[in-house]
This record gives sequence, C-alpha cells and structure tokens, in this order.
Amino acid sequence: MAPIFRWGFLGLILTLIYIPILVLVVNSFNASKYGIKWGGFTFKWYEKFWNNDGLMTAALNSLTVSIVAASVATVIGTLAAVALHRYQFKGKALLSSMVFVSMLTPEIVMAISLLIVFMALGIKLGFISLVIGHITFCLPFVIVAVYSRLKGFDMKMLEAARDLGASESSIFWKIILPLALPAVAAGWLLSFTLSLDDVIVSAFVTGPGYEILPLKVYSMVRVGVSPEVNAISTILLVVSLVLVVISQLLLREDK
Amino acid sequence: MKSSVGQFRFWAIGLASVWLTLFVFFPNLLVILTSFLTRDPQATVSLPINADSYVRTLDLLYLQVLWDSLRMSLLAMVFCLVVGYPFAMAIVSLPKRWQPVILFLVILPFWTNSLVRTYAIQFILGNQGIINKALLGLGLIDKPLQLLYTQFAVILGLCYILLPFMVLPLYSALEKLDVRLHHAAKDLGAGPLSRFWHITVPLTSPGIVAGCLMVLLPAMGMFYISDLLGGAKNLLLGNVIKTQFLHTRDWPFGSAFSVILIVLLGFMLWLYFRAARFVNKQGGLNGSDF
Repeated sequence: MAPIFRWGFLGLILTLIYIPILVLVVNSFNASKYGIKWGGFTFKWYEKFWNNDGLMTAALNSLTVSIVAASVATVIGTLAAVALHRYQFKGKALLSSMVFVSMLTPEIVMAISLLIVFMALGIKLGFISLVIGHITFCLPFVIVAVYSRLKGFDMKMLEAARDLGASESSIFWKIILPLALPAVAAGWLLSFTLSLDDVIVSAFVTGPGYEILPLKVYSMVRVGVSPEVNAISTILLVVSLVLVVISQLLLREDK
Repeated sequence: MKSSVGQFRFWAIGLASVWLTLFVFFPNLLVILTSFLTRDPQATVSLPINADSYVRTLDLLYLQVLWDSLRMSLLAMVFCLVVGYPFAMAIVSLPKRWQPVILFLVILPFWTNSLVRTYAIQFILGNQGIINKALLGLGLIDKPLQLLYTQFAVILGLCYILLPFMVLPLYSALEKLDVRLHHAAKDLGAGPLSRFWHITVPLTSPGIVAGCLMVLLPAMGMFYISDLLGGAKNLLLGNVIKTQFLHTRDWPFGSAFSVILIVLLGFMLWLYFRAARFVNKQGGLNGSDF
C-alpha cells in the first residue's frame, strides 16, 4: 500500500471511531433539547444532573462500587501475578487457565453464572453482589498487567535478596512491589474504569434497592430523549479517557 | 523465617485460587447444571434432571431468534475482519514509533462506556440524526431513511463496539510475520496476491481465529446494542437470556442458551489452538506466546 492510502485508510477508520463520541460531547452543551439544531452553548444539562437526587445517588453508588472493586481486585490480582511468576505449585496450570477462561467468557455468561452462584450461596443482591461481580471481571486484567511487568524483571536480584536472608514478604514489599508499582497502579485504574462502565454483569447481579449510574442511563435512553444523559455520558467518557491515558503512561516500558 | 515464606506464598496463591474457583469455575458448572433442571415458581429451579430446556430451544420460534442472532453476529464478525485486517496491516507497515500511537487510539474507546457509545450511534442514525439531516439537506432523499431499528443498525453498532478486539490479535500476529518469507516468495516469482494468500493469511490464522472469537462471542451477548439500535424485533441471544432470567424467570431455559455460547467458545478455542499449532509447525513464528 502506498503511504498516502495507508494513512488515508487509518485516518478514515479512526475518524469514524471518534465521530460519535464527539457528537455526544458537543451535544451535551447544546441548549436545544432534542439536539436537532444547535441552540447555543449551555451547562444546563450538567446542572440538571447535579440537581437530580436519584441520579446523584446512583453516581455515588457507582463510585463506591468501583473504588472497592478495583482495590480488592488489585490486591488479589497483584498477589496472584507474583505467585504465577515466582512459584511452582500444584494447580498452577489450573489457576492460569481459570484466568484465561475468565477473560474470554462472554460477559453475559459470566453475568448469569454469578447470579446463579449468588442464589446458591444465599448472597443478597445489591452492593455486595455487585462488588463481587465487578472484582471477578477486573481480576484477570490486573493479573495480566502486573504479570507482564514482572516478566521483564531481572530475577537474579530477588535470588540475591533471598540469599542474604530476606523473607518472602519483605522481598515482596521492598523489591517486587516498588518495581511493579506502575503496573499495579495501571491495573487499579483499568479496573476502576471497567467497573464504572459495566452494564451487562451489573444488570444481572444488582438488587432493586441499589441503583448504579450505567443502569440508570440504560433505562433512561430506552424510554426516550433526555438531554441529561448526554451530560452524564460525557462525564463518564471523560473520566474513562483520562484514567486510561494515565494508566497507559504508567505502563510504558521506559522508566 | 521459614513460616514467613510459607505464609506469603500461601496468601499469594490462595486468594486468587479461591476467588476464581468460587466465582468463575464453580458458577460455570452451575450454569450447566441449571440448564438440566426444571423451572420452579417457588424455588426458581428444582429437580428432576432433564433435557427439556434443550428440546425447547429447538422450537421454531427460538430457532428463528437463534439464527437471526447468529447471523447478525457473524456479519459483524466478517465486517470487522474485512475492515480490521487491512487496518492491522496498515499499522504494521508504519514506522515503529507510530505503531503504538495508532494502536492506542484504536484501543482507547474499548475502555470507555460502550453503552454510551451505542447511545451515540442511536443519536446519529435516528430520523433526526446527522446522516438523515445531511442527506435531506443535500436533497438526495425526500423523507428520512429508516436506519435505526434495523438489523443493519445492530450490525453497525456491534462492529463499532467490537472492532478493537479484532485489530489487536491481528496486529500481534502480523507483527511477528517474518518478512524474509515474502522476499523469498517474491524471488521465486510469486505475485503480491499469491504471497498474501499463501503466506500472510495462513501464518496469521491464529490471530484471525482469536479476533473472530473475541468479536463473535461478545456480539451474541450484547443485549443493549440490539435494544437501543434494533428495537423489539431484532434480538440477540443476550436479549433472550436476559428475558429468561430477569422477566420470565425460566432459569433452566436461559441457562440452556448460555450453554450454547459456552460450547461455541470451546469450539473456537479448539480452532485457535489448532491454528497456532499449525503455524508453529510451519516454523513461521518463533513460539506462540499469545
């Protein structure tokens, strides 16, 4: 392919990918209610969102779930990545294949399997079930992010530390964690955005008393036009974009 | 000191193992089990074990839904492949420092809210959307085209959301391709089309299968895309499963549909490992670490 065609094609597809996002963002500042014509610049949809108690509660609930889920997933996932990288143990192949399977399982299958297991274990649907569900789909992402960082390490350093009498936990705290910290932080940020944006798993495992933002948005866009949705959507998009850019900068190889 | 070694190891291995067993392994078994149980109005599901749910999926009505869902998802997959393959090839042929930038721009939307992006597509395709307004304004049409609430809209939405999943595995397969093979084939007189068909395609087949898997399976489950873009008529398998679980409360029936998805996943994984083994045998790649 000639360079001009190459760049043209890449540019065209990327433009098509970003146009809908741009339209949504622009319209969130459009004073005209149905977004058919440009009615002037306004913040009123953001104000409407801010003053809507139901939506604000849902937003706070979403934040709570995402922070808790991302944090727990990061702790468990980081430890698992260290274990998979450093230790030989029985069931290692099983553990890594479970990580693999949980990444590839279609979300809808994960959603109903979690719903069934919550019923079987008698876990009430609501905050707890949401957090467990979100941790489960975030976990493999953290494991993969931290594991690929650990793979680039010089293992001799760890052996030297052990020969000098350092305990496993102090090797973890003093050497592995500081070195892997960018990947751990990136894992947290990615988990947070995945959790904040999830619809499919949440739709199945939430309870009637606990509303979260994406599901609120879902029910709003199903009934019809409500311009606050543009404002909420823009906020969600911007939050995710900023966090992902930060996480990718952290994951960059050099320093 | 000995016990501290054991303790750290114990927690590092134990936490994730218990979590994944409890919330991934065990639940998947339960889905399969549930699909063989009987619906019970009081207890959701109950014994006699039977295969009624599977027999019922063969009902003409559901076969039609299944076929429609599969067809839309397959078309989305083919479309993603047709766009994604040249796209990945174009990225690979860029200078090294540009590759990660373009790749990042493609993946970036994956991390944002896909519901919100589906809503954006709805906004664009509607009777009052940009496309119709532009066409009306140019005088190319007299009345708005019905773009929204069609199968076309659903397929477009699926492609839009799932394209990164196709590009990523294709890119990593193409990147590993040994250019010397192309030079050798050229010296031996093979034309560009023949080189593409006999070298590039077979050696990137694991990437092709992986990309197809990562588009097709999620595509069948994304109920909100068909909900927002397809209306009540164009259902995906995900809509059927959701209705059975959350509205009709027929869990065995819903589980049976999910098992179909699990079987499809198994089949495509088998295909992937076969393709990877084939490529390794041909010696085109130095060990697949995918």
